This record gives sequence, structure tokens and C-alpha cells, in this order.
Amino acid sequence: MSEPIRLKVNGKATVVNVPPDTLLSTFLREHLRLTGTHIGCDTASCGACTVLLNGRAIKSCNMIIAQTQGLEVTTIEGITPADGSLHPMQAAFKTCHGLQCGFCTPGMIMSALDLVSHGAHATDSEIREGLEGNLCRCTGYQNIVKAVALGAKAMGR
Amino acid sequence: MNASRTSLIGRSVERKEDYRFITGAGQYTDDISLPQQSYACFVRSPHAHARIRAIETAAAHAAPGVLAIFTGKDFAAIGGLPCGWLITSMDGTPMKEPKHPVIAEDVVRHVGDQVAIVIADSLAEAKAAAALIEVDYDVLPAVVDTATAARNATAIHSVAPDNICYTWAIGDAAAVDAAFAKAAHVTRLSFINNRLIPNAIEPRAANALYARGDDSYTLYVTSQNPHVERLLMTAFVLGLPEHKVRVVAPDVGGGFGSKIYLYAEECALVWASKRVGRPIKWTAERSESFLTDAHGRDHVTTAELALDKDGKFLALRVDTTANMGAYLSTFASCIPTILYATLLAGQYATPQIYCRVQAVFTNTAPVDAYRGAGRPEATYVLERIVELAARELKIDPVELRRRNFIRTFPYATPVALTYDTGDYEATLKRVLEIADVKGFSARKAASAAKGLLRGIGYSCYIEACGIAPSNIAGALGARAGLYEAGEVRVHPTGKVTVFTGSHSHGQGHETTFAQVVAQMLGIGLDDVDIQHGDTAKVLFGVGTYGSRSLAVGGSAIVKAVDKVIAKGKKIAAHLLEAGDSDIEFVNGEFRVVGTDRKKAFAEVAFAAYVPHNYPLDKLEPGLNENAFYDPTNFTFPAGSYVCEAEVDPSTGVVRIDRFAACDDFGNVVNPMIVEGQVHGGLAQGIGQALREGCAYNSDGQLVTGSFTDYAMPRADDLPQFVVETARGTPCTHNPLGVKGCGEAVAIGSPPAVINAIVDALAGLGVRDVAMPATPYRVWQTIQAAKR
Repeated sequence: MSEPIRLKVNGKATVVNVPPDTLLSTFLREHLRLTGTHIGCDTASCGACTVLLNGRAIKSCNMIIAQTQGLEVTTIEGITPADGSLHPMQAAFKTCHGLQCGFCTPGMIMSALDLVSHGAHATDSEIREGLEGNLCRCTGYQNIVKAVALGAKAMGR
Repeated sequence: MNASRTSLIGRSVERKEDYRFITGAGQYTDDISLPQQSYACFVRSPHAHARIRAIETAAAHAAPGVLAIFTGKDFAAIGGLPCGWLITSMDGTPMKEPKHPVIAEDVVRHVGDQVAIVIADSLAEAKAAAALIEVDYDVLPAVVDTATAARNATAIHSVAPDNICYTWAIGDAAAVDAAFAKAAHVTRLSFINNRLIPNAIEPRAANALYARGDDSYTLYVTSQNPHVERLLMTAFVLGLPEHKVRVVAPDVGGGFGSKIYLYAEECALVWASKRVGRPIKWTAERSESFLTDAHGRDHVTTAELALDKDGKFLALRVDTTANMGAYLSTFASCIPTILYATLLAGQYATPQIYCRVQAVFTNTAPVDAYRGAGRPEATYVLERIVELAARELKIDPVELRRRNFIRTFPYATPVALTYDTGDYEATLKRVLEIADVKGFSARKAASAAKGLLRGIGYSCYIEACGIAPSNIAGALGARAGLYEAGEVRVHPTGKVTVFTGSHSHGQGHETTFAQVVAQMLGIGLDDVDIQHGDTAKVLFGVGTYGSRSLAVGGSAIVKAVDKVIAKGKKIAAHLLEAGDSDIEFVNGEFRVVGTDRKKAFAEVAFAAYVPHNYPLDKLEPGLNENAFYDPTNFTFPAGSYVCEAEVDPSTGVVRIDRFAACDDFGNVVNPMIVEGQVHGGLAQGIGQALREGCAYNSDGQLVTGSFTDYAMPRADDLPQFVVETARGTPCTHNPLGVKGCGEAVAIGSPPAVINAIVDALAGLGVRDVAMPATPYRVWQTIQAAKR
């Protein structure tokens, strides 16, 4: 038997008890029941499953759990304050009407956090480029771009 | 109701539903897992057209975790998926309605057609077992091309040997011929309205549960209209008692039409759930969505516009072949007829219009409504040919439109509709300002200095929302009612729960509808909750499509609130010892007119549920009212769009530099939400014009079967839009004065984009560019023009 896979999910140490080739997205959704991470495609094209892995946005449908040994995963649930308030980026999406059906939204917010934390949000076109990996069919992106800019400002970036 | 005298109506309040979506707490169908959950995988045809010789399932049955396998013969005794609209051909015969089996019986008719369902303990086991099923196919020739399907020697269904579903027409052919005979100018254009794949980001999914205890079923499903789903499934397909089936459409991640329909998978799951004795979940993989979701558009059209010497339109003649795909989807037949040809007047007073539509079967996925549904195709016909006529006659395209605008209302078109109201000049005038059309020539010169060709394109559209009334729709072939239901349940504390038959899957009903109710009752927005999407909670529903939710569903709620207020007045009259007619309801208070005696809404609600001091001899306790609203007419939103595109002639790349929109949606309840609908419609309209095109090869294989092949608009493909909602002409026949806004922009925008590209290339002699105007296609068009 190889070493068990240990990772942190939303700050909590987790020992994996599923086959090592399980997709990270499946592990999060089916085993941890963190269903805020969504699956919208089978070609790593839509970005609905985006989570942070050690602070960088990745598509969790495109990674197996064996690749996460010792790493830290953050999902939409992980950035949500327990007291019912909102992370500034979440609040910005609400304020700017940056979502409609909500299905792409968690992935979009996680991508936005990566974008902002790496300073790639100076202009609207930079934000648009940074969100290229996330599909939204509802909003036409305009209010998402606005939300990312506002969220970045609220985060002091 | 007048928007200006109210405070909550007309205000961009933030959405009540957002918290759960931005925190990952939404509950979409695939998020629901039930005790003893099992999983389904469908075996699908790899061929577009084939006879099934044999299906070998023994190895799959023996595979680990397999609970059951069912094939077409298990489903042979149950009904096919029904079509909800009967179209009658010109010769008086009904459309051809071949059976649409839940699981293919002996023939598969499109790639992705269901051949078997495998149910197992886990999804991985279901998939592994499905791979062990061997199907012996006798491959048949495939009919794929829309334009030639009716001439193809291969018949897809024995009931339609020429592959024709119907040949239908509207308008006075002889009068149109006569008008053409005396025309000073005739403009002709043939084009294809490209086939699209809706691609809501949430794939279709279902989870079916059978409860032995009371012999009932529960189906969680990605549906825009759970009551219709239940009715069609129980009455027409499975033969189950309607009241023993509960259909829940929880949070649904976008629909755009594709989740209106009753699909085979959910029927198969409900049927199998009793046999397996465990809940069964299925979620489409994106590749399955591409293959099996109902697609949209796919028209081949020739249009001719007759004009007099002054540029006045005399007549329009249109001939369209519409692809139905392999089977008739739920509303397929009415899309290229009732929702298409009736829109061909657009904003113009064209005296005579004739349109003939031939619907054909092909070995492709079923085609049905996709955002706009028939109306984008009509608008494209009209706004392209008007633009071309202007060019041919050397009249400014804006001026030609103006000369032909309908200016008096109500206006009866020659194609069956009566527009109640509108002001086309107002939206056109305004869009020319916000688009800065005056600055176009300077921008064109600046582009030219960079070696780029800049063009400007216009589109003035009308659309018809909230299809109605039921009796006229019925006379035209509708097999369903087109009203909506609502219930307003006032609780003893004065808090309110509203149940609506409309379903929200991004549109924001939970906010917009609450604004209306809170305003009418003079209570806080947080004191109202909107419930939708569950047949066990909501009394009935016709559902969300055709931009009908607020105009029809909202009106039903308004009627129910009116009843609550009327009963409240009687209760208040008793409490205040006044006559019923002396009570007025203002700002959440029942008052005796002309006095300071009053009761708050919550006090009256409490009295209704604790009826100690109550007119029990005259009035039932409780404060809970239902209403059904059947509109007397469609609503007719309209607007004007201006697109500026820059074409690089060396590569064919088109960049949309500016897009401006001004729409008249009548009264607006939440401007922020409406603007969001405009943005989304623009993205889909520009997507159709520039990027999206569903392609099958000649064998009927879907070439654009993934997001890497089918070009969805991404954030950096779109410009910053300039949009404005006009003060507007309120709808004259519903209580809120609202029109629809969900589809309008997907309807109106594609021709503006193509008109801009054609304008950019006009100097090269280009008179048409096909959609999607991909770089390769534009480059080819430029090269062809140069030869």
C-alpha cells in the first residue's frame, strides 16, 4: 500500500479514502459533498469546477486526487464566512449583478480571486483575458468584469 | 399599475436569490443525492441512421454493481414523447408525427439516440457496464442536409416517406404576387440561419425516486416547466396517475429553451425507478448535451421584398425550409410557423406578406426553441433584406426603415398579429445617439488608416412574448393552455409566500416578483418569498419560455394579490366597524376613507387566522388566494440596435468595436435585471453571428460536439455594450404594463452584426456574409469578391 493521500480542503486536514485516480472535482462533490464546485463539461473548457490549489485557480475536473498530496484546496465554501456575511468578491458579484443562473458563478469567483491576487486586473481587457477559461452563458460577461474590478478594489488590490 | 408612482417597482434592488449562488449553496439537480442512490448511463447510437439487428447485454448484466439494463423492447408498450402543437399543412392534412420512442425500438435516427439504459450502484460501474453492451447495427444512409432532405431517397420515418413533416403557409399569395408585379424594385436574398446548440452551462440532469409506501414518484429534473413535464410524462408517455408524480425543478443552471422539453432520459428514469426500487440519477456529460439537447434555428430561406419607387415596402415573400431533426421535440412544430412567419412584418407597415414553410426530418438531434425561437429567424430575414434593399436603392438604411415604420397602434399585420403599442421612432432615435453614429465616419477613417475596414449595421426588431390567448392558440394547433397560475399565501404574521408556475433559472423571479408583491401589499421585500419549481408546492404552472414570466406569471400574481386586498378590505371593514366600500388600502394599511381609523396589513392577516372578532357568517377565515391569468394578446417589445465592426481584410478577423441597444420593454420592475437580460441576449446573438455554428458531416456525425469545437463566446470575445431601456410604451393589456425582455436581444442582434460586416466589405462588392462570420468564412468571402 502506498502512502495515503493527505491534503487540506478549506483549511481542514483531509485523508483521502478514494481511489487515487478519482478526479478532484468528484472527490469534492461526491465524497466531501462540497457541491458548490460544479461540473459543466468534460473537456476542461467551461471552468465551472475552478477551485484554488495553493492559491492558484485550477480546473478540478482536470486533476486526480493523487496529484494533490500535501496541497491545499480552497472551494467556494471555503471563502464563505460562517457568519452569513460575504467575501468581498462574492459581495461584488451580488452588487454588480454578475450572475444570473449561478451555475458558473463559484468557478468564476475562484478564477477572479486568482486573477486579483496576481494583479492581473488593471484594465477591463485584462480581466476579460483572465476570465477566458470560464464560460458564462447568461450574463454576457459585462457585469462579471465589473464585479471583478469592484471586488479587487474592496480587497484592497 | 404605473411604475412612476411606486417605489419598489422600477428599482434596481439586488437579487434575493444571489446569496445561495455566490456561496455555493445552490441546489442544482446533480447536487441532490438520495439514500440508496443508484446511477444511470445511456448507451447511445454512434450512427446517424441504422437498423438495430441485435443488442447483447449478457456481459453487462454480469458486470459488478449492475442493477438493471433496459432496452427498447422493455419500453415498447409505453408511449412516445409527444409534440405539443399540431400544425396543419396547406392541403389540410395534419403534420406527420412519427413516434419518438423513449428508447429506440428497431431503428436509431440520430447520433446519440438512446439504445439502452444501464443502472448500477455507482456511475463508474454503470459506465463500465454500458461499454460491455454490444449493439449490432445495419447502417442506413443518413439524411443530414436541411435544404435537400425532402428530395432524399432515404426515408427516416415510414409515416413521412418524403421526410416532410408539414408544408404550411400564411398570408395572401395572390395579393403578394400582384404587389410584386407592380413593384419598382425587388430585392432577393437567400441565406441560412445557422443551427445552434443552446449549451446552458448546467448540463441536463434527473434523479427519479419511487416510494413503495404510497406508490408515488418524485423526479428532480433540470426543467423550465415542471408541471408541463409532469402532465406530458404521465398522460402521454408513462400512463401514470398525475397526482402520484411530483416533479421538482430545483435550481436550474440556465435553460434558454433547451430545458422546456420532455426528454427521453427523465421518462426512462421515472419508469425504471419502480423496477429497480432505488432512486436513479443521471447527469448528462457535456458531449451528451451536444448530441441530445434540442438544438435551435437551422433554416434555409429565400426572401424577396417588393418596393415602390419611393422605397415603400409593397410585399414580402418568404420561403423557408426548417429542420426538425430526427423526431418532433415538444414544441418543435410551432417554432418555424406560429413563432416565425407571424413576425415577418417586424416594425414595418408592409401591406402584404406571404410565407411558406416546409419542415423536414433529418438524421440529426431534434430542433426546437432556443432563445428567441422563430423570432430571431424572422428578424434576420427582414433586417437583412431591408438593409440590402437600402443598399440597392442607394437609400440610407436608417431612412428606409423610417419610411416604412408602423406609426399608429393598434396595428394589425397581414400575418395574424395585432400589435397593441409601440414607438419605433423613439428607440431608433435614441440608439443613434448612444451609438454616436455621428462619429462613425471619423472612426471609419481611423480604421482605414490602420488597414482595417469598418462597417456600421442596424437592426430594428419586434418580438412577440407571452404567447396567448389560450383559445386562439388552441385554434392554431396548441395542445396546451398558455395562461399562468399564482398563489399568494399570507401567513398569520403578515409575511407572505408566493407560489408561481413560472420557473426561474437565472431570470431573477425571486426578486422581481417579490418587488411587485411587496409594493402592492406595502410590506418589506424581505417579508415576501417566491416559491417555484415544485409540483407539490405550486398549484399549477405552464412554465418559463417565450419571455412570458412577468407578463403572464406576474399578472397571475397581481390578480391573486388583488383578491387578497379585496378580502382584506372586508376583514378590515368588520374590525373598523365600517362598510366594505368605505375601506381603502394604501401603503400597507386598510383605512376608513376620510378618517384616521386604520388597520395594518399584518393586523388584518392575524385576524384572518385568529378570527375571534371576524365576520364568520359572511367570510371564511384565512388569507390565501389563487389566480389564473390568460392574456388577451402577446406583448410586443421592440428596439433598435447599432453594431460597429472592424474587419481585417488580410485575415478575415472581425472585431466588434461597439454595440449599442435601445429597447422598449414597457414598464420595467427591476432595471438591473433587465439590463442583465440584454447583456446575455447580446452575447448569444453575437455568438450566433460570429462564432457558433453546429455542424454535422454528411454521415450525420456531429462535428461540433464539444466546447473545443463549438465556439461559445468568452469574456474577451465580446465588447463593452452600451445599452439603454427606453421610457417605453407600456403594454396595454396586462396589469403591470410589462412586455418580455428575455429573448428580445438574441432576436434583434444577429442581423445588426452581419449588416455591419457587409457594410464594411461593401466596397469590395460583398452583398452577404453567412453566419457564423468566422475569420475563415469572412476571408473566403473577401477573396471571392476580389475574383
